[in-house]
Amino acid sequence: MISVMTNEENKVLNTNLLIPKTDPSKDKDYKIRTEHVDVFYKDFQALKNINLKIRPYTVTALIGPSGCGKSTYLRIFNRMNDYIEGFRLEGKVLVDDVDLYKDKVLLERLRKDVGMVFQKPNPFPKTVFENVAYGLKIQGVKDKHFIQERVEHALKQVVLWNEVKDDLKKNALALSGGQQQRLCIARTLAVEPNIILMDEPTSALDPLSTGKIEELIFELKNEYTILIVTHNMQQAGRVSDRTAFFYLGELVEEGLTKDIFLNPKKERTQNYITGRFG
Amino acid sequence: MSRIIKINRLKNSGFQVLGIIGTLIGLVLLAIFIGDILMDGLTRIDWDFITSLPSRFPEKSGIFTAMMGSIWILLMTAIISFPIGIGAGIYLEEYATKSRLSKILEINISNLAGVPSIIYGLLGLEVFVRILHFGSSLLSGSLTLALLILPIIIVATRESIKAVPQSIRDASYALGASKWQTIQHQVIPASFGGIMTGVILALSRAVGEAAPLIVVGALAYVPFAPKTPMDDFSVMPIQIFNWISRPQHGFIENAAAAIIILLIITFGMNAIAIYLRSRWQKRISW
Repeated sequence: MISVMTNEENKVLNTNLLIPKTDPSKDKDYKIRTEHVDVFYKDFQALKNINLKIRPYTVTALIGPSGCGKSTYLRIFNRMNDYIEGFRLEGKVLVDDVDLYKDKVLLERLRKDVGMVFQKPNPFPKTVFENVAYGLKIQGVKDKHFIQERVEHALKQVVLWNEVKDDLKKNALALSGGQQQRLCIARTLAVEPNIILMDEPTSALDPLSTGKIEELIFELKNEYTILIVTHNMQQAGRVSDRTAFFYLGELVEEGLTKDIFLNPKKERTQNYITGRFG
Repeated sequence: MSRIIKINRLKNSGFQVLGIIGTLIGLVLLAIFIGDILMDGLTRIDWDFITSLPSRFPEKSGIFTAMMGSIWILLMTAIISFPIGIGAGIYLEEYATKSRLSKILEINISNLAGVPSIIYGLLGLEVFVRILHFGSSLLSGSLTLALLILPIIIVATRESIKAVPQSIRDASYALGASKWQTIQHQVIPASFGGIMTGVILALSRAVGEAAPLIVVGALAYVPFAPKTPMDDFSVMPIQIFNWISRPQHGFIENAAAAIIILLIITFGMNAIAIYLRSRWQKRISW
C-alpha cells in the first residue's frame, strides 16, 4: 500500500515489512489511476493530458518511439523524475487512491512500494548478498535471520538462487548481464513492493536471458502490478495483458494487448506496430 | 607511393626516439640525484643518526627531532584536512546546486591548488600564529599545511565521486534510500580508493614542504622532540636546508642522509597510494 506520512507509521516502518500482501480479491478495481496528467521539463511538455487506469496484478506494456514520453510516464510512479531539472507535473497520479504529488507522500516509503528495474543492469559493486539485502538494510532491518530468509526468497523468485547459492559473497559485477538483471529484479522484490516499473529491462540482454526475464515477468504478475516500457513489439505481445501506445507525449491508444496488435483503432498505432514508422 | 610510406615510417621512428629521450632525461636525472645522495649519505645512516638530537658537531648530530616533527605534522595535517577536504568534495559534488556561486567556488578551489606554498605560509602566520595566538607551534604548522593540501584533496574527492555512475545512485534511490544513505553506502565506498589515493599524495607533498613552515616560524634548531601540539618544532626539509648551508663537510653528509630518509617516507607513501588505486580498480570496474 502506498503510505502517507504519519508519525506512528514512521516508527513502525520495520514491522511494516512483515505485513503480508493484500489478497487480490480485496483490491479495488484499479491499482493506478492517472487523470489529466501533464508533465513539463521547463518549457517542454513531455506528457499531454494522460488518462490511464491500471488494474492490479496485470502487466501493462508502454510502447512508442523514442522520446514519446513512455519512460517519463513510468517514472512518475516512483517520482524518479523529481531529480530532473525543471520537472513539473499537473493532474492526478493516484496509486491506491493516494495522490503521489499532492498528499504528503514519503519518498522513501513510496519507493519501497513501487520498485524499479532499469534498462542497463546496475548491480551495486558489492556482493550478491549485499545487493539483495541493501533495500532492507537502508530501512533499518537488523534481524540477520530475517534478511537471510528474504534474500534467499527473492533470489528464488527470480530463479537465480541455484546459480549463486554456493557463492553469495561473489561480487555482483562478476555475474553475466542476464544474471545481473535478474539480481536487480531480486533486489527490488526483496523490499516487497506491490508495483514494479521496468524500463526496457531486456534491451541490453541476449535472447536467452531475455526469454528468462520474460518468463519471470509472467510469474511475477500473480503477486505484483507491472508496468513495462519496451521497444520490442514481440515482447509486448508476449508478456503484457494490456498495451498503451504513446506518441509525442500523448497516449494515443490503450487496450487489451491483442486488440492493440490485431485491431488497433487508430491509424498511428497501426503504422507503428507494423513498423511503418518509429 | 612507397616514398610516402617511407617518410611516414621515418617520422614514426623519429617520434619514438624523441619520446625515449624525453623519458630517459627524467629517469637519468633522478638516478644521478639518488645515486649522488646515496654515496654521500648512506654511510652516515645508522640508528644513532635517527635517534640523536641535533648538535653543532656533525658526527654527533641526528635527525630525531626533525623526524618526530615531521611525523607530528603529517598526522595532524591528515587529521585536519581529511574530514574537511572530503566533506567539501562530497558537498560540492552531491549537494551543491549548480548555481553561479558554486561555479565560482569550483574555479577558485582549482585556483587555490596553484597558489605558491609560501603564500599559504604568510596566511598561516597572520591567522594562526598572530590572530589566533597559536604561536609557532605544530598546530599552526599543520593547520597551514592542511590549507595548502585541501584543494588537492577536494579535487581528488570530486573526481573519484564523479567516476561513480549515476545508475548506481538511481538504483539506490529507487530502493527507497535517502540521499545520505546513498552517499554513505554506495558513493563513498565506491570512490574511497580514489579519495585515499588523493589524500596520500597530498600528504606526501605536505611532508616535503619547507617554505610555509619557515614563514610560520618552524625552527632550524629544536633541542627536544615535540610532545604536544603546542610545542615548537622543526621538520626534515628545514633540517636538511639548515645542514646544507653549513660549511663543514660533515653536515653535507648529514643532509644527504636526511634526504634519503625523507625520500623513503615519501616514496613509501606514494607506493601505498599506487597500491590502493590498483586494488580499488581491480575490485570495481563498471
